[in-house]
Amino acid sequence: MTPARHTNRLWLAANAFGATLRRDLVVTRRELPQFLVQALIQPMFFLLIFCKILPSIGLAAGNYAALLLPGIVGLTELMAAIQGITLPLVLDLGFAREIDDRLLAPMPVWLVAAEKVLFAAMRGMVAGAVIFPAAWWVLGSRYAVRGDRIGILIGMIVLAAFAGSGIGLVIGTVVKPEQISLMFSVILTPLLFTGCTYYPWSALSSIRWFQVITLFNPLTYAAEGLRYAMVPPMHGHTMPTLPMPYVLLALACTLALCFGFGARTFRSRVVS
Amino acid sequence: MSNDLAAIEVRDLVKRYEKANVNAVDGVTFDVRPGEIFGLLGPNGAGKTTTIGVLITSVLPTSGSAAIMGLDVARDPIGIKQRIAVVPQQSNLDRSLRVREILTFHAAYHGVSHREREQRADALLDELGLGDRKNDRVARYSGGMSQRLMIARALMHAPDVLFLDEPTNNLDPQSRLFLWDRIRALNAQGLTILLTTHDMNEADQLCGRIAIMDKGRILVNDTSAELKKLIPGGNAVEVRVSLPVPEAGGRVLEGLRALAGVTKVDELDAGAPSAPDEEMGVVTYRLYAEKAPVLVGPATQAVLMAGAHVRDLHVKQPSLEDVFIYLTGRHLR
Repeated sequence: MTPARHTNRLWLAANAFGATLRRDLVVTRRELPQFLVQALIQPMFFLLIFCKILPSIGLAAGNYAALLLPGIVGLTELMAAIQGITLPLVLDLGFAREIDDRLLAPMPVWLVAAEKVLFAAMRGMVAGAVIFPAAWWVLGSRYAVRGDRIGILIGMIVLAAFAGSGIGLVIGTVVKPEQISLMFSVILTPLLFTGCTYYPWSALSSIRWFQVITLFNPLTYAAEGLRYAMVPPMHGHTMPTLPMPYVLLALACTLALCFGFGARTFRSRVVS
Repeated sequence: MSNDLAAIEVRDLVKRYEKANVNAVDGVTFDVRPGEIFGLLGPNGAGKTTTIGVLITSVLPTSGSAAIMGLDVARDPIGIKQRIAVVPQQSNLDRSLRVREILTFHAAYHGVSHREREQRADALLDELGLGDRKNDRVARYSGGMSQRLMIARALMHAPDVLFLDEPTNNLDPQSRLFLWDRIRALNAQGLTILLTTHDMNEADQLCGRIAIMDKGRILVNDTSAELKKLIPGGNAVEVRVSLPVPEAGGRVLEGLRALAGVTKVDELDAGAPSAPDEEMGVVTYRLYAEKAPVLVGPATQAVLMAGAHVRDLHVKQPSLEDVFIYLTGRHLR
């Protein structure tokens, strides 16, 4: 009747972490079609309108697609990662309390938060990765991604997703259920438009004040890093981006600060 | 460390929440022995749920200490979580999973092997009468079924101590009796159980020992029978009398008061809930005494002597509710 009981705390915590991650993957696998539709629909329309329709009617330059695609990948990743953690956390901490089961599992409370961050980052990475085949299909001959920086590209996709889920952890532990709709307009909208998604950072040099504002948005660094990894040289010139050391530093700091702060607020919400 | 290690040991426990000006738990000390069903009884806000919160590591104590199976709750939360299980007041079932998965994943979190968790899930679902609904979604479950499923989930990792927070609150009488039976059966298998309730009947039915809590403190802590002895003149005799003429009432009252050992006689209000179906000319008297049972004969005699007839006579046992009222001057709810 009584199962053999494990007593090694480290083994218990690692096992609980793994089982919790497996639970999230099982649940996601069941709703995979919804998840993919949700992840793809917005970027597909962006690419269709800005990279196909507008250039065709002469309202945008033909090579805009090459600049926009990295921005769209960064934006989609961040949003998918944030959505993968924020909404479930707000509801769970607010009233559903379904997370209690994992809080009572034999692992430290911060590890429950860490699992949430890892899982949301995985969602972000998948959402970012599936854009590539989708963009190739929508853009046709306008699809242009350089292939010689694939290692940096993979690293950027991973880092951008983690930065996004870190931000999501903070929002999810701070926002109350009744503030959800406010959160979308007050937090996500500025994040969306000041993140150098639709324009390269260097092109803002004539609007200095706005260029400075964009530096406070983690999405700027994600988009610029992805541009560095993706945009092919045009007419022999490499596209200028924010220097990569700054990009990596900013994204790593975003993750570290957000996780440090988010794990603390998470703990204060579940342990009184 | 002694051999008779307590399953739960709480010492001078104090919890004051931030921004509160009183202690939610205010110096609580008690032990729960292995294999015991121990009850924390008290009104809402008495500090029961906070006390349990400390024991299940979701509330940090302000001062004092608590240990389960010899492990300190503040120092070894992981060890504690592996040995306890919690059934909360409101459902916190994982609605993204199917019923059976809720059990198997719970066991997986606790490191139970794959084969063992599959077997235990089936066995527990059958045992709790959910065997034919194991692939349902929780959304289709009634309140009683959810409660049973939470108990099954709690047992998946074979805990040493089970915490039940108001286990049958909001349940229909049938589900309630079923759960009481299950709780007794689990205890018979050796599981230590700590339950909170504001239902004195539930405490009386299930618990070996009961601690009555109010305003963050434990007022008394003993078996139900011992607690009831706290009321002086603990039990009483109630006698229903039919009076041939109204004036006979005075003579009956006089006769009952004159009996040796009687400390007080109350004529119960005919409109009181204890006597809802009183006919004309029928009155109920309550006689308080140190040894009420010995009054059965003399009281019958006294009524007859006064020229009236006895309709009913019984020795009344005080309830835990009476004990609570006696201790605090307030009702439980």
